[in-house]
Amino acid sequence: MQIKVVRDVLDANKTVAGQMRAEYADLGVFVLNLMSSPGSGKTTLLQKTLAALSGQLKIAVIVGDICTTNDAERLAKSADVPVTQICTDAFGGDCHLAAHVVREAAAGLTLAGLDLLIVENVGNLVCPAEFDIGEDKRAVVLSVTEGEDKPLKYPLMFQVCDVALLSKVDLLPHLDYSVKLARQAIQDVHPGLTVIEVSSKTGQGLEAWYAWIIQQVKEKKEQRAGDQGGGG
Amino acid sequence: MHEMGIAMQLLRVVEESLPPGEPVRLKSIRLRLGKLTAVVPGSLRMCMEIVAKDTVAEGATLEFDEVPVRLACRDCGAETTVEQPPFVCGSCGGKKVDVVGGREMIVESIEVEDLPASGSSNNEDKPNAN
Repeated sequence: MQIKVVRDVLDANKTVAGQMRAEYADLGVFVLNLMSSPGSGKTTLLQKTLAALSGQLKIAVIVGDICTTNDAERLAKSADVPVTQICTDAFGGDCHLAAHVVREAAAGLTLAGLDLLIVENVGNLVCPAEFDIGEDKRAVVLSVTEGEDKPLKYPLMFQVCDVALLSKVDLLPHLDYSVKLARQAIQDVHPGLTVIEVSSKTGQGLEAWYAWIIQQVKEKKEQRAGDQGGGG
Repeated sequence: MHEMGIAMQLLRVVEESLPPGEPVRLKSIRLRLGKLTAVVPGSLRMCMEIVAKDTVAEGATLEFDEVPVRLACRDCGAETTVEQPPFVCGSCGGKKVDVVGGREMIVESIEVEDLPASGSSNNEDKPNAN
């Protein structure tokens, strides 16, 4: 006997993500899912971001790693913002963050009054792209030490992201790396994707990154005001 | 592993889809899988073997309908499929495209067979059987 099902394998995750998305929207919190492969410079970039923006935005961070609280400790030293670490080995060593673990971490934060919640995902270019965690936008960090064709090898990640950061560009004089090829590879899988070249070390490109974040936060607040003002 | 987490979710969806109250054996699961999910069918089968052990899904086969990446072009309105990047419209070459297919991970259907109810259909067990 055949039973028709037609259900998304990840529907449980999508349900939780949808609930969280609605909660964040209600509070006007802009949620950014920051993803990359391990070692791309995500945490250092985040340290710089928090130091630069925590004076003007109310920010909280959820950090995901398989093991250690190193990243949360580093981030907590960068700025006076609440940082919560998820170690997925407590959940079976998942290589990505799922909506229910982010929900649990968010429950330990005061979301009301926040402008920006950044979720630093587990370093992995495959699985995090599959799992909706209720975010508004997704950013991928790709370092110049990783090979120009990474977007072609991991098309889903680059397809689902809203901005790509090409990091560690201060190393370019020491590398045989073509920024043009990397940009082309990104455009091949996601035509029109915004790409920002950054260096956490020298500060190159960081102002453009901060401006992007500030714009997203502003638009989220405007959307909330519009939703609440237009009801009834 | 990518496929292991997916196998665990798949088992959950399948278990919830079984007819309630009836003892059944799960024979097969049909999955619609988009190419962009990067799920390797062989790896998913292996992971399902592991997670399905001692469950109703033990021994069930996994069948796949693979879905190509489908692009909808905002320039010319055409929908075309692509095998690999670049993701540009297959009709006009335009880059203003939206991915409208290829991300699916859907349990389409399951095939079950009834298990004999204990003590009711097996005549050898029935004291009143002729």
